[in-house]
Amino acid sequence: MTSPGWPDELARARLHVVTGKGGTGKTTAAAALALALATGGRRTLLVEVEGRQGIAQLFDTAPLPYEERRIAVAPDGGEVKALAVDAEAALLEYLAMFYNLGFAGRTLRRMGAVEFATTLAPGLRDVLLTGKVKEATGRTDGGRHVYDAVILDAPPTGRVVKFLDVTRAMADLAKVGPIHTQSDGVVRLLHSADTTVHVVTLLEDLPVSETLETVAELDAADLRPGAVMVNRARPARLSSRSVTAAAGGRVDASRVRDGLLAAGLELATDVVDGLVAETVEHAVRVEAEQQARSRLDDAGMPALELPEVTEVGSDGVDLGGLYELAEQLREQGVR
Amino acid sequence: MTGPPPLEVDALLDDPDCRVVVCCGSGGVGKTTTAAALGLRAAERGRRVVVLTIDPARRLAQSLGLRELNNQPRRVAGAGGSDTGGSDVGGSDVGGSDVGGELHAMMLDMQRTFDEMVRAHASPERADQIIANPFYQTISSSFSGTQEYMAMEKLGQLVAAAEWDLVVVDTPPSRSALDFLDAPQRLSSFLDGRMIRLLSAPARAGSRSMRRLVGAGFGIFSRAVSAILGAQLLADASAFVQAFDTMFGGFRERATATYELLRAPGTAFLVVAAPETDALREAAYFVDRLATERMPLAGLVLNRTHPVHAQLPAARAETAADRLESEASSPLAAAVLRLHADRVARADRERRLLGRFRKAHPTVPVVGLPTMARDVHDLPGLREIGDHLARSEPAL
Repeated sequence: MTSPGWPDELARARLHVVTGKGGTGKTTAAAALALALATGGRRTLLVEVEGRQGIAQLFDTAPLPYEERRIAVAPDGGEVKALAVDAEAALLEYLAMFYNLGFAGRTLRRMGAVEFATTLAPGLRDVLLTGKVKEATGRTDGGRHVYDAVILDAPPTGRVVKFLDVTRAMADLAKVGPIHTQSDGVVRLLHSADTTVHVVTLLEDLPVSETLETVAELDAADLRPGAVMVNRARPARLSSRSVTAAAGGRVDASRVRDGLLAAGLELATDVVDGLVAETVEHAVRVEAEQQARSRLDDAGMPALELPEVTEVGSDGVDLGGLYELAEQLREQGVR
Repeated sequence: MTGPPPLEVDALLDDPDCRVVVCCGSGGVGKTTTAAALGLRAAERGRRVVVLTIDPARRLAQSLGLRELNNQPRRVAGAGGSDTGGSDVGGSDVGGSDVGGELHAMMLDMQRTFDEMVRAHASPERADQIIANPFYQTISSSFSGTQEYMAMEKLGQLVAAAEWDLVVVDTPPSRSALDFLDAPQRLSSFLDGRMIRLLSAPARAGSRSMRRLVGAGFGIFSRAVSAILGAQLLADASAFVQAFDTMFGGFRERATATYELLRAPGTAFLVVAAPETDALREAAYFVDRLATERMPLAGLVLNRTHPVHAQLPAARAETAADRLESEASSPLAAAVLRLHADRVARADRERRLLGRFRKAHPTVPVVGLPTMARDVHDLPGLREIGDHLARSEPAL
């Protein structure tokens, strides 16, 4: 069944790249997506590439090594593994594979030689990182893909298109050799229907602007934008007519007071005034959110909502909150 | 809640000994806006201020009169003193247009700052040679760390120019606040050339002890790297290092001098964070680091808080809303009660997060900055933020 938030072409994708402006909750959205896609006996891999250990912090575990580790069990028997890809480790792995560079790697690393090489050509780092992601996405075991889907917690909107533009990165590097061959495969994967790029946003001016700019950049680079994931969406409490009135400062305080009395609440004037002030603030915000939403709608992308998780006991998003977000994504058609 | 004294923003801005305010924190927490609001407030309290912004949102930049990267401070019309040139923005409600303050603002152009540094340190010919090198162009435009280094360099220049009483700096939008302190060192050691020399000519350059240290591995490594990177890149890098060698000493000295400036008594760091787990974790790392470096921390600005305006417990609000909804009466009052309960839940969570930060950092002064209902991108909006900051109310 096709859902407006998750059309068939997204359901068919195998590599889900998740980006977003800093502070929009990119890692949380990627983790919730990995859980949602693993539901029902499937296997997914959640990958991070910026050395932030954001996944480990989110799942409240020890820092992830450069190794695929099971990090969560999904509802109905699925499983999420996680991997923190590190460019230096990827380079050493690569050198060990093609140049028979044994344990000298550790010394080189300590000298800073590996970091040096990966910073010398800015594209090399990205090629190594996307190369590892491609390897995991394509890996098979007995003719079957090891992972049903790979979810990449990618660099933020400002850098993501450059990060995925492996062709351009390779222009800086040697024209022949194994890394070049490998990168051809990466380019094919990233520009194929197997890959989709989701953008996480909040319903605020700047994140929405960056989202729209990023979608345009993705289109221009021949990469496929997927869904817009609206994070921290808040429940609608006021009718749309009340929103307009309240945002203009028009809240009928006597009607509020009468209603409160009907509910058995007799409150002091300053408390009622405070409630009214909160309502006005809320309405101004809702109005701004509506404007942001209509700008997003104009872009015509599928949209998914991640509700704000603030229940008592959770500081930020905890594991329970993540499962709740994954469930919400399932209800919106993610599979 | 007992705790550290609230952050006294006006006392900080008015202190004639305070010469530099550095606003830092992780990306997306409102550093640039905070820096601009502090700069404006200081100017309107009579100081000659320059705000160095790194990557301002377009409309905020416009409100500061910055239409493009110009790398030179410009006077902001409508802010501070009297002769601000008939701008229609703000101004009239500012108490003393005779206080004599001025606000200047600039946006960092890192490439140009780097070019200017090269020109200042090398002969014209040598400078041309360096600037034309493809490797230099990569480093000056996209090495992660160049922006931080150049922000520090520009800060050093602004302080040295002695034209301003106060320099307010916004820091680059790194994923981690610590990058501002670490990146210049990284760039410095990257440029010291040892690695480039080893890689481009391992047989000659490495001292014998170095070769013994890494053994045959290095030869394989450097051959592999040149196979991957291409001989041209290494040749460019090598030519760059040779040309850069003469000015490298000056380059490193400047970085060291600016770093020292950050430790000097006239400098104050303000850590900006949003009441969210990640942002506060970053803030905590940064506070610890400042302590280790003996750099002066003025306090924490907790941005985008949601203080509760009505003293009514959430549970009572929910019960009353349930009752109204079951009777299908007074939908407005029911909605008002629901959103109050949402707000209390949010404020509780923010208070818990702040409480956790405070437990680990009990002496850090904190000031809260409530979420503005609308995005701030003009001088009156910045003024309002300044007013809030100066009120020194408890954070939540």
